[in-house]
Amino acid sequence: MTAVIHAQGLGKRYGRRWALTECTLQIPSGRVTGLVGPNGAGKTTLLGLAVGQLAATTGTIDVLGARPAADANALARVGFVAQSTPVYAQLTVGDHLRLGARLNPRWDAGLAVERIRRIGLDSAQRAGALSGGQRAQLALVLAIAKRPDLLVLDEPVAALDPLARREFLQVLMEAAAEHSVSVVLSSHLVADLERVCDYLVVLVASHVRLAGEIDELLAQHRVLVGPRRDPAALADNLRIVSARHTERQTSLLVRSPDPVDDPSWTTSEVGLEDMVLAYMSPSADRTAPPALEVLP
Amino acid sequence: MMWLTWRQLRPQATIMLGALAVLITFLAITGPRLAHDYAAGTASCGSTGDCAGFTDTFFSDHAFAYFALTALVLAVPAVIGLFWGAPMISRELETGTYELVWQQSVTRRSWLAVKIGSVGLAVVVAAGLASMAVSWWAHPLDEAGVGDFPRLSPLMFDARGIAAVGHAAFAFILGVTLGLVLRRTLPAMAVTLTAFAIVQIIMPTLVRPHLLAPLRVDTAITAQNLSGVKASGPGGTVRGLEIGIGAPGAWILTNQTIDKTGTPVETLPAWVSACMPISPGKGDADAERSCFDRLAASGYRQVVEYQPANRFWALQALETAIFLGLALLLAAVCFWRIRPD
Repeated sequence: MTAVIHAQGLGKRYGRRWALTECTLQIPSGRVTGLVGPNGAGKTTLLGLAVGQLAATTGTIDVLGARPAADANALARVGFVAQSTPVYAQLTVGDHLRLGARLNPRWDAGLAVERIRRIGLDSAQRAGALSGGQRAQLALVLAIAKRPDLLVLDEPVAALDPLARREFLQVLMEAAAEHSVSVVLSSHLVADLERVCDYLVVLVASHVRLAGEIDELLAQHRVLVGPRRDPAALADNLRIVSARHTERQTSLLVRSPDPVDDPSWTTSEVGLEDMVLAYMSPSADRTAPPALEVLP
Repeated sequence: MMWLTWRQLRPQATIMLGALAVLITFLAITGPRLAHDYAAGTASCGSTGDCAGFTDTFFSDHAFAYFALTALVLAVPAVIGLFWGAPMISRELETGTYELVWQQSVTRRSWLAVKIGSVGLAVVVAAGLASMAVSWWAHPLDEAGVGDFPRLSPLMFDARGIAAVGHAAFAFILGVTLGLVLRRTLPAMAVTLTAFAIVQIIMPTLVRPHLLAPLRVDTAITAQNLSGVKASGPGGTVRGLEIGIGAPGAWILTNQTIDKTGTPVETLPAWVSACMPISPGKGDADAERSCFDRLAASGYRQVVEYQPANRFWALQALETAIFLGLALLLAAVCFWRIRPD
């Protein structure tokens, strides 16, 4: 696996507050990677460090084998759409394309014009008058037409309505497929990620809780429901992600490479959202089995 | 980058170019006539013998335009610092567009170099043009008003010659730096204005007088050179005397009466007021003469420190160099501070 982003012991401090600590992760190339995690997990900080908007306090991060934003060449290889999808309010849509053309040696003017036309933006319109969805689309076009090797998007659809969100992700998927660009996309909306991503990284409190191909992850996780019992007594090859108990019943989310053939369990598949939420919840811990607790 | 810089500055640049065009057109139309009137007047006043009367009338006839244009040149650097310097980076930080523009294939430092270089050059040229054009236009009036408003005096100095070039470059970079540090446009503008005003007060009071060692005159006080009495009202305490040194256009830094020990005097004896009668020519000539004799006998002398008029360009060059140096220093701060953090 070649990594487009490789972080080692990465930390970032603002004043006395650490936004990211001891983060070590690898994001593979050629994938559309979804980065999920609760608010405050350090997603935005991590992506800011990856595109060179921020400087690390501790540790290292390599992007496409180089220090982020080290020089014009490194900048040319990474496209970034920030959370606020900023554009120049006073400049027109056409001005933004001219900006892209003049500031990027790999600029694909044909692609930019075609995208703008397909979205239905008027190139004479001031960017300040665009809707949130249109502005995000414009920011995306600027990042794509740069023809980067890696495209980084920080919560790009968080502020968009469902329709604009769908259109945005549509454009993103087309671009990823057409130009074989690696994509890293952060979001707290798992449903959005499910639609576009094939690789998943769950980040909780700066640490990677789960990483892997989405299909593989889903195949390895199961929901087990059966009579109430102590999860510690389970087979060794089962890793309990989360456990819930009622008076009579125990339901578990487990990770196991092999099918579970214990007939006392009712086994079912898990959805991506449930799986991600299980890993994101504070009690989820892959190393220690959760304590037995009685729910009323 | 040049294109983007120009595109972003187009509104301000258009206003600035327009204002400059109006100013230069006005000066070009009225200037030659002003010069002609002055030349003709000074040539003919010899025959009537009232050249002082002519220059006074000439000056007061054009005083409004003269002071308005001087104030305009004084304001140019501050306006540049406020509206071109302070918003340049702070607006990008405030609106979040830095996340767009610093993510293009241009490093932050290259971006900054083009911005500071091209905009800085434009503001310096604009300020220089305005100042030189007004200096050219006001030349006859500067000559006519040399007694009261020498070019070397604090405010006039800033509005003549090339000093505005240094002031504009400094004010611009000061605004850019404060914008980068404070990250907000309005506070950056407010602090830029305050800081620039403070510098413009410190410079003529504490720095400029000493850029070149002042000339010093230590002389007896005579009926010929006495030009004024500093007194608290007619018949009041005499705090000191002033003398003329016969150096038109000089910037007088100190004009002090000293006693026989060489100490500047705080108060002079009451009899000194007899040296300068309230109504010239109507005083008692003998009393005047004995007053000056008594001044000399008591050991009172006058010390004047000044910058002579012919140092104007030397001081202009020094001041411009100092402000350009400060501008380079602040630019270095910007290049250091623009790094990601």
